[in-house]
Amino acid sequence: MSVRNSRPALAAIRAFALDRPGSALAAMLLGVIALAALAAPLIAPQNPFDLASFDVLDAELPPSWLKGGSDRFLLGADSQGRDLFSAILYGTRISLTVGVLAVAIQAAIGIPLGLVAGYVGGRVDSLIARVADVQLSLSTLMLAIVALALVRAGLGGDTLGRLAVPLLVLVIGLAEWPTFARTARAATQVEAAKEHVRAGRALGASSAAIVRRHILPNILSPLIVVATTQIAGAIMAEAALSFLGLGLPVTQPSLGTLIRSGYDLIFAGIWWVTVIPGLTLVGVLVAVNVLGDALRDALDPRLAR
Amino acid sequence: MQALAAPLAFIGKRALQALLVMLMIAVIAFAVRAALGDPLREIMGEAVPEAERVALRHELGLDAPWPTQLARYLGRAAKGDLGQSYIYKRSTLEVVLAKFPASFELVLAASLVVLLVSVPAGIYCAVNPRSWGARLILGFSVLGISVPVFLTGILLITVFSVWLGWFPAFGRGETIRLGVWEMGLLTLDGLKHLLLPALTLSSIMLPLFIRLVRGAMLDQLGSDYVRTARAKGASSLRVWLHHALRNALLPLIAVGSLQIGNMLAFTLLTETVFQWPGMGFLFLEAVTRADVPLITTYLVAVGLLFVITNTLVDVASLWLDPRISLEGRR
Repeated sequence: MSVRNSRPALAAIRAFALDRPGSALAAMLLGVIALAALAAPLIAPQNPFDLASFDVLDAELPPSWLKGGSDRFLLGADSQGRDLFSAILYGTRISLTVGVLAVAIQAAIGIPLGLVAGYVGGRVDSLIARVADVQLSLSTLMLAIVALALVRAGLGGDTLGRLAVPLLVLVIGLAEWPTFARTARAATQVEAAKEHVRAGRALGASSAAIVRRHILPNILSPLIVVATTQIAGAIMAEAALSFLGLGLPVTQPSLGTLIRSGYDLIFAGIWWVTVIPGLTLVGVLVAVNVLGDALRDALDPRLAR
Repeated sequence: MQALAAPLAFIGKRALQALLVMLMIAVIAFAVRAALGDPLREIMGEAVPEAERVALRHELGLDAPWPTQLARYLGRAAKGDLGQSYIYKRSTLEVVLAKFPASFELVLAASLVVLLVSVPAGIYCAVNPRSWGARLILGFSVLGISVPVFLTGILLITVFSVWLGWFPAFGRGETIRLGVWEMGLLTLDGLKHLLLPALTLSSIMLPLFIRLVRGAMLDQLGSDYVRTARAKGASSLRVWLHHALRNALLPLIAVGSLQIGNMLAFTLLTETVFQWPGMGFLFLEAVTRADVPLITTYLVAVGLLFVITNTLVDVASLWLDPRISLEGRR
């Protein structure tokens, strides 16, 4: 099954790279960023979590290409003397990890619910759809802010800092499942009405087997598209929460934390501590979003806008 | 008679639902207070004999079973008493409401920008789908979706406050007091302070709304009645505005109303970047200093805002489109 499905996918990817050089560029940019983040321990000149290795004399050094910059600090240093390049590499790693894991949770909850809703229909369907509607209107970001704010108020900032990664993954993951559920539900409804599914049912295949073998493989395209945009959303949510002080602590900075910790320095003209991590974040998000748009056009022309 | 009864019943039902939701929010707020806040610690500190603690606990009714406490909390809440803020030593409701005008004016200004830009831009993109202008606008909107709202704020501050020095970077500036309303829209200083935060907040909603207007207009432009209007010889402008836009408004409101919750979150972020003294900024202060009564009051207030806006949107769409089914389905 998977072999038969991968061929049109491969062809689609090839056509996509030729048709849309911009999107291919975005994919490449994302690949480079992800690789660099993955290999952070190998590339980074400094361990940004080892506070003892920082030298206050290096604090707020500008990027190496500006006046007063040092070759040791390619992108400059923050207010503690932390090498910004190393911090950004590790920060991107944390941001990407949180984004991907959160989306994995969303998919793990949303896709089964969507499959059930779309295949079973009736009351189950309207119940799931209603809950999804309510949850979506509440706004992921607002739910996450409130949840983490309560953790912080109840357990203190230090505890929140220590539990930040699992908490962020959980909160962003739990709050955003309806998007997957909706997509899976709509696609399942279309698929369930098709001949091959009806044939399967007539031959006496069980519902579970039909959903797993005949429906799920055929609705993967829209789900992949949704996953891409969801990853961008999760990364953005993580950055926003960390920027508010409700995410990762300064000792273990994500991109959002770096932006927050450099924010006060802008007024002293020290812009790089905020702006460079900020541009990195935008780079990641633009690349993921452009890729998502392109995937949508390539894999699922019905959804193209 | 019958024509009036159905909408009235609908509005009544929506109001009842809104009340139920508010009750749920109040119960959650009560639970949060019970789980997080120990009012005794705030009142007497740590070094007080146990006997005195027990006495005060009894006096404040904190040793009552929780249903009794919940009933008392709801009773007081109905009268507008949601507790005292630890930081401000005042009624939390007063503290939160005093910050409402700042948030409201920010959201109002941002919504105006969104409306004034997204409608013409969306119509233009729908009418000239292949033009360079449309591509530019849609390209910009992909970029806009990818820039988090707090970063837009930081970039605007860096350029327009720090480098150019044109606009102030934080606070509301000079305000005028109109009764209970702290108004920042009437002074030049207030408007100057408002500009960057309002642009920031609108920037995050603009891409979505441009796409929404464009999508809704494209749907309408392909419909039979638009073709009929064209065939009758109506001018393009009249067709776009009078026929298509009017009917595109409904899906727009339906999808737009889903953004109310996001708008609250984005407002909170914008207020943090610009140290805008609104409700969101207050909330984060309350969180940092563990002011539990203030936190829960903010949650109740935001819940109330959310419920009111959603109910208004529902009633508005009913008024805009009499075809909406009044029997249960919504």
